[in-house]
Amino acid sequence: MTEQLRFRNLTLGYDRHPAVHHLNGAIASGSLTAVVGPNGAGKSTLFKGVVGVIRPLAGGIELNGVRPQDIAYLPQIADIDRSFPVNVYDMVAMGMWRRKGLFGAIGRKERDRVEAALAAVGLTGFEGRAIGTLSGGQMQRMLFARLLLQDARVIVLDEPFNAIDAKTSADLLALVRSWHAEQRTVLAALHDLDLVKANFPDALLLAREPVAWGPTATVLTDENILKARHMCEAFDEQAEACVAAA
Amino acid sequence: MLYDLVIAPFADFEFMRRALAGTLALAFGAGPIGVFLMLRRMSLVGDAMAHAVLPGAAIGFLISGLNLFAMAAGGLIAGFIVAVAAGLIARATHLKEDASLAAFFIVSLALGVVIVSMKGTNIDLLHFLFGTVLALDNQTLVMIGLNATVTLLGLALIYRPLVLECVDPGFLRSVSRAGGVAHIAFLALLVVNLVSGFHALGTLLAVGIMILPAVTARFWARDITTMIAVAVAAGSFAGVAGLLVSYHSSAPSGPAIILVAGTVYALSVLFGRVDGLIWNLFPGRHLEA
Repeated sequence: MTEQLRFRNLTLGYDRHPAVHHLNGAIASGSLTAVVGPNGAGKSTLFKGVVGVIRPLAGGIELNGVRPQDIAYLPQIADIDRSFPVNVYDMVAMGMWRRKGLFGAIGRKERDRVEAALAAVGLTGFEGRAIGTLSGGQMQRMLFARLLLQDARVIVLDEPFNAIDAKTSADLLALVRSWHAEQRTVLAALHDLDLVKANFPDALLLAREPVAWGPTATVLTDENILKARHMCEAFDEQAEACVAAA
Repeated sequence: MLYDLVIAPFADFEFMRRALAGTLALAFGAGPIGVFLMLRRMSLVGDAMAHAVLPGAAIGFLISGLNLFAMAAGGLIAGFIVAVAAGLIARATHLKEDASLAAFFIVSLALGVVIVSMKGTNIDLLHFLFGTVLALDNQTLVMIGLNATVTLLGLALIYRPLVLECVDPGFLRSVSRAGGVAHIAFLALLVVNLVSGFHALGTLLAVGIMILPAVTARFWARDITTMIAVAVAAGSFAGVAGLLVSYHSSAPSGPAIILVAGTVYALSVLFGRVDGLIWNLFPGRHLEA
C-alpha cells in the first residue's frame, strides 16, 4: 500500500492540553476510514490538524503527494453562519476555490459543473435559495455538492451524517462510496457504529489516545468500545508536562 | 415647482453641486463597507473607529492648520494605530475586542476635542465633530472620490475571502490563507472611508452614512450582492434628499443627511419586504407548498 497520510507521534490540542495524544500510524492511499469515538475524543481536532487549521503541539503529519489545500474538508454544520445572506449557488461554487482563487471567472463550463454537482446531490432548483432557508439535510447536501467541485484526492468529513434523516444519509453515503471507488482517500468522523461496520473497511477508534486502528471488524469490538468510553474527558488544569514529549 | 424644489438648488449654487458630488462618492464607498461591517457584527467597531480618527486629524490641524493632507494623514495613522492596538490588546489580554475598542475610542474622542480646542475656535470644533459638507474644496472632493474608488477596487479584490470568512471560516482556512489578509485590508478600507466621512460629516456622524444604509438594505434584500446595491442606493438618496432638506429648511446639512438616512431606515423597519414589521404582522395566507 502507498501511504497518503502518516501521523508521527502526533499530539494536537488547545492551550497545551492534548486533545489527540501521541498518535502514530498511516492512512493508505485510496482507503475509506471511519474515525470513531465518544464526544471529546479528538476526532474534529484530528481533522483540523490534517487540513492545517491548527498546528500540532508535538509530532507531525506527513502528507504524501498532496498539499494541505488539496484536502477537501467538510466542517461540522455548527461552524457555518447560516444567517449570512449568501445563496446555494455561490456556496457551492466556492468549491472551485483551489482552481479559481480570488479572481478566477466563473464561465459557462464552471456553471455547468455547479449545476451537475447540484444535480448529483438532488438540489436542482435550489440555486437561488438563501442558505438560511435550507433544512439540515439540504444544507448537508449542499456542502457535499461543494465537496464534489473540490475534486480532491483526500476528503475529510467531520460528522457528515449527524441529525440527518435516513434518505439523505443513504444518498450522501452513496457519494462517499463512489469517491472510494474512484480511489480517493476518505476519512469520516462518525457515531453510528452499524453504519461504520456496513460501509467502512477501516476504522480508527479514538479516545484522545488511539484505542484501536485497523480493519473495522477487529477495531469495533465490545471490549475496545468499553475502553474508549472510560477515557477521561476533562482537561486536568494541574497536569504536568508530558514526559513522552521530551 | 419640482424644478425649484429639486433641481434649482444644485443648478444655482456651486457649493451645493460640490456637496452633491462629495456625498454621492461617499455613499458609493461607505455603502458596501457598511454592509460588511453589519454582516461581520462590527457595526459598533465602525463607530469606535470613527472617533479614533479624530485625535490624528486634530494633531494634523494643530501642526499645519486646515490642511487637507495633514489632517487626512493624521486621521489615517490614528485610525490604523487604534485598530491594531485594540486588536493586540484583545489578543494579549482577556479583554474582548469590542470592550478594548470602547476604551480606546472614548479616550480618543476626548483627546481630539482637547487638541482641536488648543488651537482652534468653537467653530473649528463644530466642523471636526459634524463635518463641513457644504464647504468641500477641490482637494477634499478629489480625496473622497479617490477613497471611494480605492474602496470599490479593494473590496472587489478581497470580496471572496471576506464573504467566505463570515459564512464558513473553517472551509476558508482549509483552502486558503487569504482570510487574515482580507480582514486587515478590510480594516484599512474602513479607516479610509472614515477619513472621507470625517471631512464631510464629522467624527460623530461619519459612521452614519455607512451603517444606516446597510441596516436599511437588510430589510430589502436576501443576498449580499443586492444588499450592497440597495445600501449604495439608500446612501445616495439620503445624500441628495438630506442636502435638499438642509437647503430648504436651513438645517445643518450633515445631520440632515443622517436624519434622512435614519428616516429611510425607520420606514424600512416597518415596510421592508424582508422581515419588515408590517409584513410580519400581516403575512397573508400561507401558501400551498
